[in-house]
Amino acid sequence: MKKNLRFFIALFVAKAAMVAQRLLKMNASYFPGKIAITLCPDFLGRIDKPETIIGVTGTNGKTTCCNLIIDSLTDLGYDVLNNRFGSNINAGVASSLISGSTLFGKAKKRIAVFEIDERSSVRIYPYVKPNYLLCTNLFRDSIRRNAHSEYILDIISKYVPKSTKLVLNADDLVSSRIAPENERVYFGIEKMESDLPESINIVNDMRLCPVCNSELEYDFVRYHHIGRAHCPNCDFASPDPEYKATVDFKNLSLTMKHDSKSFQFKLVNDSIFNAYNLTAVVALLEQFGIDPEKLSEVISNQKIVETRFSNEKIGNIEVISNMAKGQNPIACSCVFDYVRKAEGTKEVILLLDDVHDNAVSSENICWIYDADFEFLGDESIKRVIIGGVRAIDYKVRLEIAGVGKEKIVCVEKESDTPDAVRWDADKIYVLHELYRNDEALAVRDEIKRRLRQKQGGEG
Amino acid sequence: MTVEFLYPALANLYGEAVEMKYIEKCLPDAEIVKTKVNEEPYFVKNDVDLIYMGPMTERGQEIVIEKLSPFKERLEQLISENKVFLIIGNALEIFGDYIENEDGTKIKALGIFNTYAKRKMMNRYNSLYFGELDGIKIVGFKAQFSHSYGENESEGLFNTLRGDGLHPGSKFEGLRRNNFFGTYLLGPLLILNPDFTKYLLSLLGIENASVPCEEDIRTAYEKRLKEFENPKTVYFG
Repeated sequence: MKKNLRFFIALFVAKAAMVAQRLLKMNASYFPGKIAITLCPDFLGRIDKPETIIGVTGTNGKTTCCNLIIDSLTDLGYDVLNNRFGSNINAGVASSLISGSTLFGKAKKRIAVFEIDERSSVRIYPYVKPNYLLCTNLFRDSIRRNAHSEYILDIISKYVPKSTKLVLNADDLVSSRIAPENERVYFGIEKMESDLPESINIVNDMRLCPVCNSELEYDFVRYHHIGRAHCPNCDFASPDPEYKATVDFKNLSLTMKHDSKSFQFKLVNDSIFNAYNLTAVVALLEQFGIDPEKLSEVISNQKIVETRFSNEKIGNIEVISNMAKGQNPIACSCVFDYVRKAEGTKEVILLLDDVHDNAVSSENICWIYDADFEFLGDESIKRVIIGGVRAIDYKVRLEIAGVGKEKIVCVEKESDTPDAVRWDADKIYVLHELYRNDEALAVRDEIKRRLRQKQGGEG
Repeated sequence: MTVEFLYPALANLYGEAVEMKYIEKCLPDAEIVKTKVNEEPYFVKNDVDLIYMGPMTERGQEIVIEKLSPFKERLEQLISENKVFLIIGNALEIFGDYIENEDGTKIKALGIFNTYAKRKMMNRYNSLYFGELDGIKIVGFKAQFSHSYGENESEGLFNTLRGDGLHPGSKFEGLRRNNFFGTYLLGPLLILNPDFTKYLLSLLGIENASVPCEEDIRTAYEKRLKEFENPKTVYFG
């Protein structure tokens, strides 16, 4: 698409907005991009793009993968345009492209890494055509926005450019079926001791063969529909991955095999979803042309952002904050599963209320019935403390899940949750919604302060 | 007592898998039949007291229509015999005349009710819902791509107090004929509405039943009622 007067007006106004934001010391956001798209609806098609665009999409793990890709490329000397401080919808991508362009709309950088919201495919891919698209996985997500995983699968398949090379999860029978005509490579994790013969989660969206509707037979299940399966009545089966990872959680190590070579990588923690994130990133960057040996060195230096995961041991008690993403039943289930399997006894604080809904409306809480609160009934969990206006709904959910009433404590305000901690467990988890970072970190810090006080420190 | 869950492997979206577990808890002595997609439904050759089906994908709707079409007359017979049906979310569209896609193509449905559904796949409709049935206040959520249209005033399930009924502007939510209850409301409906659950149980011959987790379910219900009755509460978006 050629640049026209309307485009230049939109670009100049958006650039001015960006300068104003900087002067006012506001964080980068989708706002300049929103202005540009409002003034020039096909702005994304007219602005120049970097030569190589890497897109990262999927229900869970896309932000972590994006951060890993950007940081690894940066450490390897690449100058990467990205939208990690903005947003992952079309306006966020536009903001990023504006920040990386000259006053005449020319791209200043040669590589871009964009996190792309799955639902925004329709507004992004007609204009921004990634050379590579990594899809981490597709699950049920926000009921209000994303409906169900098949819907998102159809949207991405319809809009992803035919020229885009896909990097897909072979262990995910939903996302591995994206745009079957596109060139692709698959990554996967080899069978693990902890794999199950069938899903123990409430939700498994791949129970039926998408070709003949027969019940699929799982070779193994890792969580939800992640695993390997085949149809007993037709040829449908999980694809064979080109990138095969073997995970050793004991030594926090991941071995990637590809083209008869194998490379070692360090894992940041012992969660299966972060093992998938690393596997996905290694496959993507190897496809991009990065030498896996060099990648292994730089990836070992990467950490998870503190707002998503942090831990600190004070005396005998470890305080852990972990993002659990409200309205996303799979992310919550994975975190609950991780917590129950962790060693030691635990107190768990839940801060999952949706900030926006509960300010003006009443949150649609259907999603909590798709999440495996049953995992919080594990005997290692001594107490579940719930803070927020929806606390009673979580209490009902936990009771239906079989968690004893005596283990559930509800408080009205998130900030009151530390008062309900009894300090009788080995670990205290603060599991929080994405947009409750500040409150969650304040709760975590208050718990740490009280712990230090108990230890005789200053707090 | 026999309860049949129709196609739980595909009709379980939006928290309804736990609604099924809750029905099992409400009816601990019932025989529960979980019909698989490639099996003949249990109701075809057997007596059932309650048939439940939950929301599903659009492709799932088409599979279910194909599976149930041969048994339309039997379903009509069971409805006329006052058997209890609880049909949630877009599963109710399967009992209408047809489902229309955005391109105008139509998927013939069972034709048991004189309604039809229209899909708008890029316009997700989200809302709170507040209504009543025989003096019982009903709360629930809507999250859907389609609405149902056609004559349902004589066979509406809930009178709408706030929010939309079967389609925007409609005062009647859901479909009811005898003891057939079909509604777009999500919640899960039975967990959100203890009085409606008791009403449903009474239709199954269980009078004055207490429902599982009643104390806290009722506290949550009353809190939600207050929120839904509050004129400042935003319903749509």
